[in-house]
Amino acid sequence: MGTRRDFLKGFLASGAAATAGVVASPVLARETRQRPPEGLGLLYDATLCVGCKACVAACKQANNNPAEFSTTDHLWDTPLDTSGYTFNIIKMYRNGTMDVKDQETNGYAFMKTSCMHCADPSCVSACPVSAMTKDPVTGVVGYNADKCIGCRYCVAACPFGIPKYQYDSPTGRIGKCELCRHRYKDGHYSACAEVCPTGATLYGKTSDLLVEAKRRIALKPGVPAKFPRGKLGGPDQSYETPAGKYLQHVYGEKEYGGTQVLKLSGVSFAKVGMPDLPPDAAAAMSETIQHALYGNLIMPFAVLGAMTYVAKRNVKPDDESSDKEGS
Amino acid sequence: MANNQHAAPAPVGGSLVNAVTLSCGVLIALMVAVLAVRFLFGLGAVTGLNDGYPWGIWVVVDVMIGSAFACGGFSVAMLVYIFNKGEYHPLVRPALLASLFGYTLAGAGVIFDLGRWWNVWNMFWPGSINLNSVMFEVAVCISLYIVVMWIEFSPTFLEQMGRHDTKKKLNKAMFFIIALGTVLPMMHQSSLGTLLVVMGVQIHPLWNTPLQPALYLLTAITMGYAVVLFESCVASSAYRRKIEMSLLTPMSKVMLGFLAVYLVVRVGDVVVRGALPKAFVPSIEALMFWLETACFIAPLILIGAETNRRNPAKLVLAGILLMLGGALLRLNGFLIGYETGDGFTYFPTLAEILVTAGMFAIEVLGYIIITRRFPVLPREDVQAAH
Repeated sequence: MGTRRDFLKGFLASGAAATAGVVASPVLARETRQRPPEGLGLLYDATLCVGCKACVAACKQANNNPAEFSTTDHLWDTPLDTSGYTFNIIKMYRNGTMDVKDQETNGYAFMKTSCMHCADPSCVSACPVSAMTKDPVTGVVGYNADKCIGCRYCVAACPFGIPKYQYDSPTGRIGKCELCRHRYKDGHYSACAEVCPTGATLYGKTSDLLVEAKRRIALKPGVPAKFPRGKLGGPDQSYETPAGKYLQHVYGEKEYGGTQVLKLSGVSFAKVGMPDLPPDAAAAMSETIQHALYGNLIMPFAVLGAMTYVAKRNVKPDDESSDKEGS
Repeated sequence: MANNQHAAPAPVGGSLVNAVTLSCGVLIALMVAVLAVRFLFGLGAVTGLNDGYPWGIWVVVDVMIGSAFACGGFSVAMLVYIFNKGEYHPLVRPALLASLFGYTLAGAGVIFDLGRWWNVWNMFWPGSINLNSVMFEVAVCISLYIVVMWIEFSPTFLEQMGRHDTKKKLNKAMFFIIALGTVLPMMHQSSLGTLLVVMGVQIHPLWNTPLQPALYLLTAITMGYAVVLFESCVASSAYRRKIEMSLLTPMSKVMLGFLAVYLVVRVGDVVVRGALPKAFVPSIEALMFWLETACFIAPLILIGAETNRRNPAKLVLAGILLMLGGALLRLNGFLIGYETGDGFTYFPTLAEILVTAGMFAIEVLGYIIITRRFPVLPREDVQAAH
């Protein structure tokens, strides 16, 4: 009967450990992270965008990416979506007669697709080898190909479909916008914002960009207002133009705990390809589960202890006899 | 000692060249050819993968489903050594062998799918590892488990090689290896489900729950027993041996116990999260949900009664249904119910299927070679030599 008693002891021990883990988990719950105070980002204003795609060309150049063709003549860089070689693209929404810009019915609109630089990025949480990291100061989500194992968990995890893999190469990398962090040391900033002729893509600190975004959605549609271009807080390149008809929603203010790239639009965000996301990041839930189960390896060691205790009682006689029988 | 009335394991013997082993050889050769193209020209040259479906059957079938099919060793070892049911001991070695192959190949198969495989050492490099990553937990835990299983299985080789001293020394520490061999699969089989959590809203509500680790662990254990039922019956018919019904009948009752717990958690979770209405929306997801659920419920009806559990045909069918159900849970979560945006489709290419088939062929071939040459299956009075 000793075995049964030991078995029960082991069972109770592991049960107690499991209970402790579950009870402790609400305390350990990993909250959704907020943007770093000095975090950098972009403000994309679809009502200012004229669809010239200067930003797409500038992005290609700044990141040394090859042209991608979708037409038979192979003359122009014509990517249809972001890819391992295209980190930024302007997409177009079309409806009915396409008469009026930024109108949902019988209208058309533009939308920029590029990394949102989430406050709590799924790709960074997913990456097993820290090839995807979030800079603690700038908040830029960067990629390090020298660590990347090419598992593509980041591709699967991102709700915006941003990290993309180069499937056509035996040494393929992940490609994504890194907010031109490699150009800062030369006094440059994000190439897309640098070249944008209308200020539809504006670079700056996200906290400043959010203030600017809120100013814009409060404007009276059609009434002329001043719009900065290039870099918010940089040399004044502002101009005056009638304000667009904005939705009262700054996309990226609260989605997944907030993103460092913010967006304004006249057409509902779901229709221009921006997913409807809850205020809590999936990374927070994933890491809460991960650490509730494995935090400091408390649970695994408790269960291992219980299992070892029970196995020690049950394994020994069995093996010695089978040893004799086997030989 | 009362536990050990059963026959000791012995090699089955017989020829290694037959129609099955030759077919396996052909499938393995085809796999090697596909892999040569993959490593020379990239994943896009042979797979149907794209950025909407970055994971295909090499991940979902070879690793997720393959490793769950390989849980027989874990499920039976738990029954024998943790719940102290020594009478099931004859099932341990064959189950462990299948697990050994399943996991070793799942581990090797990951390399085929890694786009930058030469960097894989970062997974174990302190300066690179990411403790927040579920993938990190899965990778380290599976790697460790493969090593543990080879040690757990090594007495079979040591016996055959006549290294009894080494075996005796190893046996002194075996209890710890066995304990590790139960904890590690619990950890990574549950984490394979947790992998879905960070994908958030991209997962269909029918498979999108923070209870993933519980669902994946419970089905992995259930599938472990189901696979043992399946393997025992296939090995018995292929080697013309007696079916170990005296063991399989009571073991299937344990399996049904785990199944019942799983169904309570699964159905309860879908109802509590309010996802049930989605199962009645005409869609491929709803269809697959019902197919998956049917595979889990049918065995309860099929072998719920003790008399039916004594019927080998019904046992095997129940085993196959549960293997299928667990496979569908994984396929549905990671591929069918995964939606990253419009414009992406994925269907495995012939080349991808050939690699998956080649992996299974290695398992079958390895199982045949080892059971015929090493003491794995229980000794029978009259050995079939063919």
